[in-house]
Amino acid sequence: MTELLQCCELSKSFGKVTVAHDIDLSIAEGEAVGIIGPNGAGKTSLFNLITGTLQPSSGSIRFQQRDITKLNSATRCRSGIARSFQIPQPFSAMSVYENVLVAATHGARLPAKEAEAQCINVLEKTGLLQRANVVAGSLTLLERKRLELTRALASNPKLLLLDEIAGGLTDKECQSLIETIHKIHATGVTLIWIEHIVHALMAVAQRLIVLDFGKVIADGEPAAVMASQVVQENYMGMAADA
Amino acid sequence: MACTLIILATAPLWAGRSDLRFLSEVFLYLGLAYLWNVLAGYAGLVSVGQQAYVGFGGYLLFALAMNISITPIALLPVVGLAGMLIAVPIASLIFRLHGAYFAIGTWVIAEVFRLSAAQISSLGGGSGTSLPVSVVKSIAASRSDRESFSYWAALVVLLLIIGLMFLFLRSRTGLAMTAIRDNELAAESLGINIWRTKFMVYVITAGLTSMLGALIFMQKLRISPDAAFSVNDWTAFVIFIVVIGGIGTLEGPIIGTLLYFLLRETLADLGTAYLMILGATAILIMLLAPKGIWGLVNARFGIELFPMTRRVIFNKD
Repeated sequence: MTELLQCCELSKSFGKVTVAHDIDLSIAEGEAVGIIGPNGAGKTSLFNLITGTLQPSSGSIRFQQRDITKLNSATRCRSGIARSFQIPQPFSAMSVYENVLVAATHGARLPAKEAEAQCINVLEKTGLLQRANVVAGSLTLLERKRLELTRALASNPKLLLLDEIAGGLTDKECQSLIETIHKIHATGVTLIWIEHIVHALMAVAQRLIVLDFGKVIADGEPAAVMASQVVQENYMGMAADA
Repeated sequence: MACTLIILATAPLWAGRSDLRFLSEVFLYLGLAYLWNVLAGYAGLVSVGQQAYVGFGGYLLFALAMNISITPIALLPVVGLAGMLIAVPIASLIFRLHGAYFAIGTWVIAEVFRLSAAQISSLGGGSGTSLPVSVVKSIAASRSDRESFSYWAALVVLLLIIGLMFLFLRSRTGLAMTAIRDNELAAESLGINIWRTKFMVYVITAGLTSMLGALIFMQKLRISPDAAFSVNDWTAFVIFIVVIGGIGTLEGPIIGTLLYFLLRETLADLGTAYLMILGATAILIMLLAPKGIWGLVNARFGIELFPMTRRVIFNKD
């Protein structure tokens, strides 16, 4: 399989706080990767580094064999890296449709007609089409999370980063979200999904990575990783405390 | 809308001289308000130095008109272009600053402009200069014709600004700018080049602001560094208008301009008390309706005077 994303000795620190410590990571095209780790382990920071919201202190990132370390997040989005934010970041005064249109016209760089079709297509996929003309600021939290996913999809990503998109959902909602994500993955989009709801993650992920203190402490087949001693000690211990 | 336009366009035929002057002033302020609104309300570039371009436009018009024998009205596009050109290096410089530092930076630039203008002895140095009679005559032979011309020029430039803004906001870049207004983090992560979008907005508004400045001083026939680069006249009042009307909307500047002139005309005799009332009004509105008067109306009734929202039209099948 071809490599899609490579992080080489990626480090980021804010003063004495290290959020990423020599992360070496390689994601192949078409993979569905789950990331777990305790709060503050550096999961979202890793996403920020991959999308360009944060600049690394050292190390490099390659996407499709191209060094993207110096590119800003807009350029990275256009080259095919999209994300959903853990705390939804809607364009509050714009309609849901316009929110998605931003991604289709600027992220996917589609001309007007195609952008429109793209929006309707993804809105339908994520079940937000009926809410298309509503102002995004009036959406419920769950709808906002869906909007995050919808916008990310509208930018035609090759790599989709999902940040705790299932948090706060009921079991039923979670189930339908898993189905949606399965469908997205089936179309050939590579996924990296940070999630605390482990069973949701296990339903989709083919590979599981565990982060702690900005380091990769386990990486492999999900069931094996979950059963491993390092996870039982570090992660499950933390989870039980929380 | 068309009716209003016809009434306004024919104003020189029915309105008195002072009314005409007053209306032109309203147009010019509305234009300034629209430009500042795009800059601060949409692109998030809170400039308190737009007087730099008002004064630049005024001074450039005077300098050109006094040296080349072309009617000043024909020089307006040249002034607009020059405003855009000079904005390019300025933007490259002050875009390195953010938030409050950006605001201060724009003010510093405007002061540099004012001090530089005061050094030009051929334009009267610190005390300024008047347009020579020959230039004034070249606008129009009679005083009433000249005032009609200035009025129409103000109306045309205002319509140009509103029209451009409407087209701009409906374009790809307009969508980007509205997104930036609402959430910069999300806008960038969805593929919008924030720096380039803001740069474009800054340069275009600088050009149009220069044109307005040229018109303002063409009407006054006299220019001086203190009048041309006045932070009160060309920025503080404009901010007042936009903030009380509703920042980041197309309707807000109109409401704000009307309210500003209403207050000014009714309270003008009160002297300094007028400014205190203006300040108190601003504070009250900011506390009670942070999104301005239009924000309040829009939240309550959901009206849009300028239909900007892009919609999905559902087929009934």
